[in-house]
This record gives sequence, C-alpha cells and structure tokens, in this order.
Amino acid sequence: MELLGNLLLIAIGAALINNFVLTYFVGICPFLGVSRRLDTAFGMGCAVTFVISVAALISWTMTEFVLRPGALVPGWILNLGARDTGAAEVDLSILSYIVYIFVIAASVQFVEMYVRKFYPALYKSFGVFLPLITTNCAILFACLEIMKHVNAREWGLVESMVLAIFGGVGFTIAIVLMAGIREELELADVPVAFRGAAITLVVAGILALAFMGFTGVGANIQKALTGETTASPADIRVESSGESAP
Amino acid sequence: MAVDEPTAIERLISGIIPENPVYRQLLGMCPTLAVTAAMKPAMTMVAATAFVLICANLITSLIRQLLKPHLRIVVFTLTIATFVTVADRFLAAYAYPMSKELGPYVPLIIVNCMIISRCEVCASKQGVGVALADAFGVSLGFMLALASVATVREILGMGSWFGLTVLPDGFPRWGLMVMPPGAFLTLGLLLALVTWFAHRRSERRTAQRERIG
Repeated sequence: MELLGNLLLIAIGAALINNFVLTYFVGICPFLGVSRRLDTAFGMGCAVTFVISVAALISWTMTEFVLRPGALVPGWILNLGARDTGAAEVDLSILSYIVYIFVIAASVQFVEMYVRKFYPALYKSFGVFLPLITTNCAILFACLEIMKHVNAREWGLVESMVLAIFGGVGFTIAIVLMAGIREELELADVPVAFRGAAITLVVAGILALAFMGFTGVGANIQKALTGETTASPADIRVESSGESAP
Repeated sequence: MAVDEPTAIERLISGIIPENPVYRQLLGMCPTLAVTAAMKPAMTMVAATAFVLICANLITSLIRQLLKPHLRIVVFTLTIATFVTVADRFLAAYAYPMSKELGPYVPLIIVNCMIISRCEVCASKQGVGVALADAFGVSLGFMLALASVATVREILGMGSWFGLTVLPDGFPRWGLMVMPPGAFLTLGLLLALVTWFAHRRSERRTAQRERIG
C-alpha cells in the first residue's frame, strides 16, 4: 500500500505537478519545433515516451549495478585480483554522464530504425527531429533524476520506471495541448514580430500558469495517504492490547 | 578547405548578434529558460557552457581529419560529456551551493544543441584558430541572451540585480517572474522584440535599395 501510494505520488508529480516541459523546461526544442500539427505532436510524444522508458531501464541497471558508489560489479571485479582487500568500495559515478548519453544515443538509433521500417509516413513528418531526440533534455533529465534517487538508495526499478513513463506522458500532454492551440493560432492574425517561436513561448507561459494550478495536489494526496497509514498503527496497537488483556 | 569559409573575425562577430544562438537560431533554450530567475546562476551557467563549448570546439577542430562522417555526432557528444563532467565536478568542489542550485542543469549542458551545432557547423570543418574564435563569439552571444532574460526576471521578480537591491521597497515584486511562467513570457516577449527590430531594419534596407534603384 505504501509502495502504491509512493508510485501514485511519483506518477502525478512527473506528469502534472512538475511537468517536464512546463516546470523543468526540458524538451523545449521539440516542444517548439514539432508542435505545429496534432498528429505529429502525438507521434513525437509517443516516441519520446518510448525512448525515455528504454533509456531509463538501461540506465537504472547501469546505475544500480555498475555506477553507484559501492556497486556490485566493479567491487566484484576488483576483489578477483586482490583477495585480501575484502570491502573495496569503488565509485564509478564520474563516468555516469558519458554512460547515460551513450545509452540514450543507442536507444534513439534503435527507435529511428524501427520507425523508418514500419511507419515511413511518420518518419517523414518527423524529419530532423527524430535523431534530435538524442539531444532531447527530457531523456537525460529522467536518467539524472533516477541516478540521484538510486545513489541515495531511495528508489528501485519500479519507481524509476514510473518516473520515466509518466515523465514521457507529461511531455506528451504538454506537446499535444500546445499543438491543439497552435492549430487554432494558424487562423488568428498574429503580429509579424510574434510569428513563429515568440507567440509559442507566450502561449507556453500561459499553459505553465495553468499547470501551476496543480501545485499542492501532491501534498494533499500525501496527507490523505499518510492519514491512512497513521491510522493503521493505532489499529494494530488496539488489537495487540486487546490480545494481551485476557 | 573551401575558399568562401568565414574567417575567424567573421565567426567571432556573427556569433554575438547576427547569429545569436538563442534569439536568432533558437538553440540552447532549456538553460535560457531554466536558470535565468537571477543573474548569479545565469552567469555561472554561461561560464560552464562557455568552458565546455571552447574545449569541445578545440578538440573537435584538432581531430577533424580523423572524423568519420557517420560517427561524428557520437564523437562530439562524448567529447562534450567529458568536459561537462569536468565542469560539474569543478563546480561541486569549489562552488557547492551554486552547484546545488543549478542541480541537473549543469549535466544537461551535454544535450545543449548549441554546442553540437557549433562542432558540426564550424569546428569539424575549420582550423583551431577559427574554431576558438567561433566558440568565443557564440559564448558571448549566449551570455548576452541569458543576461537579458535574467536581468528582466530578477529586477521585476525580486527587485535586485546580481543580489543588489535596485527597485525601491514600495515597488511590488512580481513573484510570477521568478516562477516558470515568467520565464516563458519574458523570453517570448524579448524574442518578439528582437524579431521586430530585425524586421524593421530589413524593411528599411529594402526601402533604401528601392530609392537608389
């Protein structure tokens, strides 16, 4: 139950309260570049969500077993050579950025090949933005968040994957909302200076303002959840005292 | 090398205003929006990005003869990631509070499109001198962009500039400006301003040409 509550908090936090695009400003490039049409925007959102999930899975594995301080594999390799130094702790976290970007580049390559083979029309409409998913900050950002929590020994695989998937869902929500608004903007008479990126940024500002309405939702959910969990120890105490009385 | 490649001076100047990375090419938007709530983090970010950009351009230019076309992006990215690790560890060692404040945005320099685009457009084709001039020019342009956004946001949002109080106490602080929506609005309005100036200049130029003709 506590795990489920935690997962709910992480999911809502990543998708709505701290939306990747509108609060952390990651993934702005495709947000401005591919949000002209609704179907392309949705395809982009799905592609990013998929890449985030793959990259998060691999980078969680790497972080947990290789990169974090005191990880299993390097310590094991080191202990093969020197039998006496039993508890040799290795910290490879200095390599983490290089490993993450390598993992992301490889997953994007994989997705690109898949989309080109099976969805040629979608591939054409993405254009240069598909290989550019590699330089999409959202994916590296998810990996960094996972690294932070894994290094602090807080998160396992499930939490990391929930963050990654719902981060991608949040990105999709933001870019699809934006594309819907921009399709309407095509019909509006926008001043010359604002055409293109400027009006998109102003609209994004208003969207961010709307998403600020989610602030505090997390705290309320937590309150509701902890309200339940503080009630349960009391119940246990009553039960145990009831048992010990006779 | 092609004859019509821009020289070092041209690269240096074009990076600052005519091809400003943020306002003209719309590259490097993430840090421009994320760390510009105040001047101090913005300038730290500029310093870190400039360090990475200069080093990456230098190395790319030195190894440009060895680059294979299909592997070049990977080489650029790994070079950049190495220097970002250096910058990140340096900040964590000597400016810990600032490193904490910037949080994930220092490692996110790796995926700043601006740096990869400079490696691709300039450093992989031209010599060391030109690549360095280009890196300095683009860094100055980046600084200009971040400074403009951060100035507007810090003065309106907190009434200060570089931590020094500028506005009188009676002036209300716009709390919104230091929050995410303020970043989008400020950059959108500044971008419109720059576009308006460029548009007016090009219009005036065509009018002049018509008058001469």
